[in-house]
Amino acid sequence: MTARAEASLWIVQRATAVVLALAVLVHLATIVYAVRTGLSAVSVLARTQGNPWWLGFYLVFVLAAALHAGVGLRTIIREMTPWRGPSLDIAAVCASLFLLVAGWRAAIGLFA
Amino acid sequence: MTWRARNHPSYWAFALHRVSGLLLAAFLPFHFWALSTAITGAARLDAFLDWTRQPLVISAETGLVILLAAHLTGGLRLLALEFLAWPNWQKSAVGLSAGISLAVGLLFLLNAL
Amino acid sequence: MSEAIEVAVWRGGAAGSLRSYSVPEQESQTVLDVVTYIQRHLDPSLSYRFACRVGMCGSCAMTVNGVARWTCRTHVRKVVRRGRIELRPLANLPVIKDLVTDMTAFFEKWTRAKGAFVPAATVPADFAMVPPESRERQAASAGIECIGCGVCYASCDVVAWNPDYLGPAALNRAWTLVNDERDAGNRERLAAVAGDAGCHACHSHRSCAERCPKSIDPTGSIAGLKRATAWALLRGEL
Repeated sequence: MTARAEASLWIVQRATAVVLALAVLVHLATIVYAVRTGLSAVSVLARTQGNPWWLGFYLVFVLAAALHAGVGLRTIIREMTPWRGPSLDIAAVCASLFLLVAGWRAAIGLFA
Repeated sequence: MTWRARNHPSYWAFALHRVSGLLLAAFLPFHFWALSTAITGAARLDAFLDWTRQPLVISAETGLVILLAAHLTGGLRLLALEFLAWPNWQKSAVGLSAGISLAVGLLFLLNAL
Repeated sequence: MSEAIEVAVWRGGAAGSLRSYSVPEQESQTVLDVVTYIQRHLDPSLSYRFACRVGMCGSCAMTVNGVARWTCRTHVRKVVRRGRIELRPLANLPVIKDLVTDMTAFFEKWTRAKGAFVPAATVPADFAMVPPESRERQAASAGIECIGCGVCYASCDVVAWNPDYLGPAALNRAWTLVNDERDAGNRERLAAVAGDAGCHACHSHRSCAERCPKSIDPTGSIAGLKRATAWALLRGEL
């Protein structure tokens, strides 16, 4: 990968890390709250459905996680296995896309 | 190079960060799948939530919380190392104390149910 | 002293084996003393490097009980385990013979990382006035004591995993030049150190900083290069 591309990936990984650090703290706080006040589908969905703020939050959260995981997986595979080159880059993009679609689908299902 | 050369705190932090990252990345698809059961209706989500009350699942969740805390605090440590240029011992201290406190706090909260 | 130390020494090239020697223990003895004793009294065919024997040149670096060290600055008492020491050549470098490695690749990467001073195109009118307390000068000064011994390079897992990785010493040198305000080669240098064989391959294991006999922090230098290349990218200069 070119110098510019690697530098870009480095920036993406650190920027998403900061976003994730904040998002994870918020996420854990809300989950603990939800668990303590009773965890059933009805109560969860009553709180989440139709809320644009939470939807927006989770769309951003999932996007950051998908990018962060993709870049991270590429790095690890590249370093610890013989696999490298454009095919690995494409596979990493696919992994990110998969997480993005799965996560957004869940977020939309819960918050839309 | 042997394990002796790798036997120091910053290397353990790296190993923990890498392992936790991999396990969390493997967990995420299941997490999204489980949540997406909500799309098909409350009944399916309820069935899934019932399943999560099993002790084995709760232990796994606790493990995940610890992995998340470890990866988060290890990551914060790396950000400090790369951007703030702190002396090494401070960074290790940050990671360790934050990680322990976060994990302990969460475990307490989750177990207080 | 009637105790003897069992010393297992790597003999051969890339292929070879450990051969054992029995060396009398002394009151104040370094690992270099041990190697020298073997070569002078037990087996003259043993090949090894040393020069100053007082911790200034870095020539005597080798792997002692699995860890890269300067043998002239390593007391036997500190490393002997159950009366035994194991000596191998520095890791991550081709073995020429016994405890001697080929350091060509190590210095080639120094060149590839643009670890050489590039003077300005025109001769400056006067000496550069560099304040010693400036942030850049302190950053440069923190890394310029490197004598190219190879201990950090031998201790780095990324060097072992990625044969193209420039390594801690070369990148540390590049960082000292990035911070040298008299240097005019930063554009090419930052391009040279970025990439998957450069600073972005470092995962901050800090084995280099842990083992450096001069207490240099290559991980910190490489972090500086990560910041410098990121800024260069955002400014369109990479």
